[in-house]
Amino acid sequence: MRRLLPLGALVLGALLPLAFEQYKLYVASLTLVYLILAIGLNLTLGYAGQISLGHAAFMALGSYAVAILGQRGLPFEVGLAVGAALGFFWGLVVGFPALKVKHHYLAMVTLGFNIIVFLVLRNWESLTGGSFGISEIARPAWGPISFKSDRAYYLYMLGWAAVVVTSAYWILTSRWGRAFRAIRENEMRAEVVGVSLRNYKLMAFAIGAAYAGIGGALFAPLLSYIDPGAYTLDRSIQFLMMVVMGGLGRFEGPFIGAVLVTVLPEILRASEGLYLIIYALAVILMMLFMPKGLVALWDRALGN
Amino acid sequence: MPLLEIRDLTKHFFHFSALSTVSLGVEPGELLGIIGPNGSGKTTLFNCVTGVLRPSGGQVRFKGEDITGLSADAVYRRGIARTFQLIQIFPEMTVLENMLMAAQERKGTLLGRLLRREEAEETDRATGLLEYLGIASVKEDRASNLSYGQQKLLDFGMALMPEPEVILLDEPLAGVNPTMINNLVGHILALNAQGYTFVIIEHNMEVVMSLCRRIVVLSQGERIAEGTPAEVADNPLVLDAYFGR
Repeated sequence: MRRLLPLGALVLGALLPLAFEQYKLYVASLTLVYLILAIGLNLTLGYAGQISLGHAAFMALGSYAVAILGQRGLPFEVGLAVGAALGFFWGLVVGFPALKVKHHYLAMVTLGFNIIVFLVLRNWESLTGGSFGISEIARPAWGPISFKSDRAYYLYMLGWAAVVVTSAYWILTSRWGRAFRAIRENEMRAEVVGVSLRNYKLMAFAIGAAYAGIGGALFAPLLSYIDPGAYTLDRSIQFLMMVVMGGLGRFEGPFIGAVLVTVLPEILRASEGLYLIIYALAVILMMLFMPKGLVALWDRALGN
Repeated sequence: MPLLEIRDLTKHFFHFSALSTVSLGVEPGELLGIIGPNGSGKTTLFNCVTGVLRPSGGQVRFKGEDITGLSADAVYRRGIARTFQLIQIFPEMTVLENMLMAAQERKGTLLGRLLRREEAEETDRATGLLEYLGIASVKEDRASNLSYGQQKLLDFGMALMPEPEVILLDEPLAGVNPTMINNLVGHILALNAQGYTFVIIEHNMEVVMSLCRRIVVLSQGERIAEGTPAEVADNPLVLDAYFGR
């Protein structure tokens, strides 16, 4: 019962936006994209303890794969698969420095990667359209079934979100998940129980980045337009905030974090000019009083 | 042939020589003691053997194979487990998870560890060991909530989990109450009788002298003596190293 209740609430909550008007539905769709990205970053940072400030760059790989391959007439799913594969590959590449450097040094390396990807997207005009970006990105269609409408596309994204959530759950409850946590909790001891730091750190980066690729792929057709400005360091920091505010290394964390970071500014918008200040204050207070994230509230409510 | 053979092992930290040309062999089924004053290089020796530190020179051979300079995880997978002077556990994991973690990487492939979810056999083994060590009642507790003595036992249990061929114990009795000391000594002797090979660093002389049939003495990074407890206790070099002149 204790397991079924949150699951039921989750399914209900996920289907609720279908009743929303256009703008709210768009915000809900965006939340799904962020959820997928936050799950990826939570795997890399929350579970394996490897900081990444380059998650927006991995997201960009997915978005541009869909946009560029779509222009060449390939189906959306091919773009998504390529985007996930590119994310996985570049996650491995960026993971290599993690074998040598830690903490803030690693933050600098991943931040550098984000900037490089941004510059490539802006300057490789023949492929990416440069600062003008790519427009008219088509939503997926399976023969006669089209996911063109906002509602249909939301459902389509929900399907992928379910795939990501399930697979992440499956990975994190396996021996890999335990090895990731071992590295985070006591790296030296992890090595002295046979954990290959190289293999697991690379996998933590690659899987987190592959999820970012999937999230990016789903993001591209949402507004049917992308440009490099959507994949800056700001965006990476936003993902970091979701994971930290939700609760690092907790499976529920990204759900709470993604909803909070997307919905809170929307609610605060009513306060007009003040909303950024209130938002920033809320974040600071939350970190001061709930360093373990909002998931700690949930724990307290359940009494454990 | 010794199971574990250390030849001329040397470790420098800048200009400081923590170990200089230390050699020793550990026979299968042995219970070897390593003693020496503080700072004599005992833990550095363990660190160099288990891959936590890379030796500056010399060789470590395990079952006839050169394992010098292998990473710590590779050494562990070959069958050398250890405990630590300062307890090293996974604080946020449960006691049982700590035990399972100590076993899961020993065999199999990386992909197999993702795909194979079945863990009944390991869980049984872990539970059995925890019962043997008398901490089965806290197996679902978070490891950080255990008392110092219980954590020490967990660290010891983790070293047994992978069914290693050699276990290096770094001051297993330090800070442990007398009753627990008797328990641990009993466990070590019983496991040794079952064929487990131990190398023990320990400051409690009474225990070392009764536990080990052979003792190696280190002082200032060098091996200064070796022999039976009685021989070592009478060696003037050893007395000199401990009490000075």
